[in-house]
Amino acid sequence: MVVETLVEDVFKVVERWKDKRGNLIMVLHDVQDRYGYVPREAALEVSRQLDVPLARIYEVLTFYNYFKLTPPGKFNISVCLGTACYLKGAPALIDEIRHLLHVEEGQTTKDGLFHLQIVRCLGCCGLAPVITVKHKVYSAVKRGDVAKIIAEHSSQKVEA
Amino acid sequence: MKQILIQDTNGNLRKELRDFHVALTTQLRDWGLADAAQVVTVADIGIYQKGIVAKVLPEGFVYVGLEVKHVPEIIEKTIQHGEKIASLAFEKKNKQLRLVLRNCGRIDPENFNDYVANDGYQGLVKALEMGPERVIEEMKKSGLRGRGGAGFPTWMKWNITRAVPGEVKYIICNGDEGDPGAYMDRSVLEGDPNSVIEGLMIGGLAIGASQGVFYIRAEYPLAIERIQKAINECYARGLLGQNILGSNFNFDIEIRLGAGAFVCGEETALISSVEGLRGYPRPRPPFPSVRGLWEKPTAINNVETLATVPYILFHGGEAFGKIGIEGSTGTKVFALTGKVRNSGLVEVPMGITLREVVFDIGGGVLNNRAIKAIQTGGPSGGVIPEQFFDTPIGYESLQKLGSIMGSGGMIVLDENDCMVDISKFYLGFCVDESCGKCAPCRIGGTQMLAILKRISDGKGVDDDLKKLNEIAMAMQKASLCGLGQTAPNPVLSTLKYFEAEYKAHVVDKKCASGKCVKLVSYSIIKDKCTGCGMCGRVCPAIAITGSRADKYSINTEKCVSCGQCFDVCKFGAVVRQ
Repeated sequence: MVVETLVEDVFKVVERWKDKRGNLIMVLHDVQDRYGYVPREAALEVSRQLDVPLARIYEVLTFYNYFKLTPPGKFNISVCLGTACYLKGAPALIDEIRHLLHVEEGQTTKDGLFHLQIVRCLGCCGLAPVITVKHKVYSAVKRGDVAKIIAEHSSQKVEA
Repeated sequence: MKQILIQDTNGNLRKELRDFHVALTTQLRDWGLADAAQVVTVADIGIYQKGIVAKVLPEGFVYVGLEVKHVPEIIEKTIQHGEKIASLAFEKKNKQLRLVLRNCGRIDPENFNDYVANDGYQGLVKALEMGPERVIEEMKKSGLRGRGGAGFPTWMKWNITRAVPGEVKYIICNGDEGDPGAYMDRSVLEGDPNSVIEGLMIGGLAIGASQGVFYIRAEYPLAIERIQKAINECYARGLLGQNILGSNFNFDIEIRLGAGAFVCGEETALISSVEGLRGYPRPRPPFPSVRGLWEKPTAINNVETLATVPYILFHGGEAFGKIGIEGSTGTKVFALTGKVRNSGLVEVPMGITLREVVFDIGGGVLNNRAIKAIQTGGPSGGVIPEQFFDTPIGYESLQKLGSIMGSGGMIVLDENDCMVDISKFYLGFCVDESCGKCAPCRIGGTQMLAILKRISDGKGVDDDLKKLNEIAMAMQKASLCGLGQTAPNPVLSTLKYFEAEYKAHVVDKKCASGKCVKLVSYSIIKDKCTGCGMCGRVCPAIAITGSRADKYSINTEKCVSCGQCFDVCKFGAVVRQ
């Protein structure tokens, strides 16, 4: 990935945080907000500008689940696997998505459209089982609904 | 025009319900009131095990235990004259008590003045008048204990941190709610952000800190946004910064984000994360109260704890201490979820029984199935079987049962849930989230999980249960932090109460609930099969074939034991073994 504004982007982020102690995680959050993931080029630039070894940056990036090192799909399907969702049938939903999209957890479909992510508790257990696709929350999802949800988003692509 | 809503009884009391419905409509017609009232059958009114239930609108009267003989009285008094019939009316006793959630859903969380109008920042005003020692004294009277799980007395934590010499101290709000199945912290942060900020300020005043930190999960963007907004409002109004409210108290707050690591809820790991490092826990002592963030004395309090603090200061510690029971005062918010009819957040006074929470507030088990157990405390907690449901809820009482209060997840398990599967789920979570720093947690967890997997695959051996116990004991004793020490709890408590179920898996290779797919097989009883073909349509493996004339059958070689045919068959023709 090459972004022309990379150096400036990172500069802006670093400028905001450079006087705070223990700022690395916050800087990486801002970088991920900007690009959707943390590209290696950006990590290198952060290393240069913050004067932190690259190894330290990857130490943090690889520890925390939230940071992504590869570009996300256009639509991120997050299936909640918190306890309530688990009991109410989330594993069957994951099976169904795997079956329909031919992706495993953490993978993106070949057309780059859907990314399957399994998350631990979205904090709306009353609605279990829950799937979110690009910030849209689907509650009390049944196995049969999965195809509909996917179709809803793949048709959006055609319109766009 | 009035409406009479009759609750559908889902198959129970079918005849009585029909008779009542018929009597009501015909008699309304006889009275010439057919146009005055509309009779509607509705799916749910929210009252169960009380016979036939009806609600009259617009008055909102709810009548229970109805029979045909009551119809004339209802028509005469309620429909004609709008009067309530006291002998039939159902008065709901409100068993909840909302202190922490006092403002959630009632005020506009983004409107600062709304909070102030509801006694907001009055606790801080009092605290400034009282001074740190008396604030701690008041907290002692209240008996408030940490709501994050461990239940350490809040006043003691503050007192210790206060007593440690040092110019610079910190107070951190732990908003890294990672327990799957609990979401009270998110609700409070989103629904009443100012109460947590006020609590943090009072805590800062008490311990002598001038810097507060919010550590919030990045997965809760709305909570972050609202806390930030509330902090900005406070600065704009002089509630944060220098010389707050004309006193010599200075206080600043900043937000740090978590990044998806369960272990960061542990206080020393949380400190590492705030410092921008990997969230590795550190050996204690020294405790954070002595050496915490940037090596300075630090108090770390949970969101729910801090949201309670302003209430205590405003209403007095003694008043708060009277709520609840000896040793566990005040209220606790539970996230009541799982196989329960009304799931959601409930706030109850300590000392209420589990039965009251699940049946009176939660409305009992979904689909009228039999309840098997209640799981509390999330991945660090345990299961409580039905014979203990009348235990009053408190820190010690739950611990005695082999579970914990935890952060307040309360998950209802019914007869269709397999205990081996549940403990595999929780342990899998902890293994996933183990940071890997210490060996007992890293290796012990993985080994226990391997044994559980073996058991649920039908390859368990006699020795397995003993081994599980041994490894669990080692993990509890030797792990560095709370995650590893408590990770075996779900396994130990299910073993304690449901050993027979484990044995059935190990010895008989049977899983009664059908959750362990390798231990079950499905077949179709020809005599019961009507040939409708529903099972064939849902089968993902195309293992079911047949026709209306020949009936259907399952090809066991292709079958993946998903159980969808079992769920979909209305005639009981698909059987599980």
